[in-house]
Amino acid sequence: MKISSIRNDFPVFEKNKNLTYLDSAATALKPKQVIDSVVQYYSEYPSNVFRGLYPLSQRATEAYEKAREKVAQFIHAHSPSEIIFTRGTTESINFIAYAWGRLNIHSNDEIVTTIMEHHSNFVPWQELVRENGAVLKVIDIDDSNKDSLFRIEKTVFSKITTNKTKLVAITHVSNVLGTINPIKEIIAGVKRINPHCLVLVDGAQAVPHMSVDVQDLGCDFYVFSGHKMMGPTGIGVLWIRKELLEIIPPFHFGGSMIEKVTLEESRYAPPPQKFEAGTPHISGAIGLGAAIDYMNTIGVTNIQKHEMALTEYTLKRLNDFGSITMYCPQIVRHRGGVLSFNLYDSENHLIHPHDVGDVLGLENICVRAGHHCAMPLATRLGIPASVRVSLHIYNDKKDIDRLIEGLEKVRKIFK
Amino acid sequence: MDDLYREIILDHYKHPHNAGEISHPSCSAEKVNPLCGDEIRMDIVINNDKVTAIKFSGQGCAISIASASLLTEYSMGKKIKDLLRFSKDDIVDLLGSELTPARLKCALLSLEVIHTALKNYETKKT
Ligand SMILES: Cc1ncc(COP(=O)(O)O)c(C=O)c1O
Repeated sequence: MKISSIRNDFPVFEKNKNLTYLDSAATALKPKQVIDSVVQYYSEYPSNVFRGLYPLSQRATEAYEKAREKVAQFIHAHSPSEIIFTRGTTESINFIAYAWGRLNIHSNDEIVTTIMEHHSNFVPWQELVRENGAVLKVIDIDDSNKDSLFRIEKTVFSKITTNKTKLVAITHVSNVLGTINPIKEIIAGVKRINPHCLVLVDGAQAVPHMSVDVQDLGCDFYVFSGHKMMGPTGIGVLWIRKELLEIIPPFHFGGSMIEKVTLEESRYAPPPQKFEAGTPHISGAIGLGAAIDYMNTIGVTNIQKHEMALTEYTLKRLNDFGSITMYCPQIVRHRGGVLSFNLYDSENHLIHPHDVGDVLGLENICVRAGHHCAMPLATRLGIPASVRVSLHIYNDKKDIDRLIEGLEKVRKIFK
Repeated sequence: MDDLYREIILDHYKHPHNAGEISHPSCSAEKVNPLCGDEIRMDIVINNDKVTAIKFSGQGCAISIASASLLTEYSMGKKIKDLLRFSKDDIVDLLGSELTPARLKCALLSLEVIHTALKNYETKKT
């Protein structure tokens, strides 16, 4: 697999010479195949779905539903009706918190989550327990020694789950540490103790980089965003296990989600339509379908292999650089391509990540500096913020070499 | 770039003036920059509507610390109403460098904190 030819698929590199993009965990770059699919929808068949009897609308409906099928196959869902299009991970999680959580989680019930969650898988639950007097339990990471995996161990979950636990909400891959949590084992442990406890998995950083099988994982809800997997912004996915599709009420009400409306009451359409009120993000779904095609053409295992090799190289270059503290596991086998670290000056003072990011930015090297929407984790690690580098299929060793050159420059300025 | 990280700014960052706290301030305030989690607190002593002592504490990047240092220095002896009129452009002048929108937020944090503290003082007084 030639990365140089893959880079040719991304118009952004033509428009920005010397771009080193290391912020794919925030959002991924878009290949022309995805951009073209969106342009094609808007220029050739820009009609609404499910409504018109004319050919354009039929074509739009088919493309929209085809995208749903692609998503279903991609994450090994039982059927496309389990796939609900949302605006993204955040909306998918709020969907569950509102439509299911507020009906089923009551005072003294428990929600279990972890310290490494993105705010989008933390604040909705904090808000829910604040409203209804349920209890939010937060599991810690293991970073006790140099070889620690910075992950959530399954044994901890088994200890903390009780018959009052209604929901476990956990991320598949951390957007700060790069940790891959042992989700399948964790879920098996949780369900052994409490078979009625539902499990929501935040797959925002997993689906773009590794093969995911929602049935094999054994979760009940799986959520992710299109824009992190080279698809458009504003489209995301909520997967709901089929047994729950009938039980969970709609989140939004209005057009498209009904079967029959009278003055007295309304009957809802079957899933997934009952969960998608209003005109959906048609071009977004089509673009996401194209992104999945693109990933399949390269092969998800090839993407993962490439990122693992590059992660290994990045870890080595950063470790050799010195005066660096890494907040991530060192063993490539157990991690994705997200690396967080901080630099220190000659007097061993933190060089603020914001300054690092700024100096790199002036060289057109894009990294993230901040708390990465995971403030409880930053607090737990005892740092105000960190620098984050995240990789994707279009990155190569040259990007990492430029990063290291940029860091040299930072070190020179902040001696 | 080397413009923004001139010696003077780095010097104010590494050896900030007026760093610390005041035990009985006339007013104080603190704020967080949600983008990066930086936190700045200001304690101010006021006599005859003039700032007679001011100290800042907290953590931040080079730009936010340097601007807190420069701004506290500037504020000494100034009238409340003049400080409340101190603007974004004045900060840029003080730092002597153009700033990107993200960095402007860092530079403005301490000004916002001073403004909040002074407004608190004025409402308390009336
Ligand atoms: C692990 C994780 N969860 C959730 C989100 C939120 O995704 P979105 O902003 O697309 O809703 C992100 C993205 O920043 C993430 O990395």
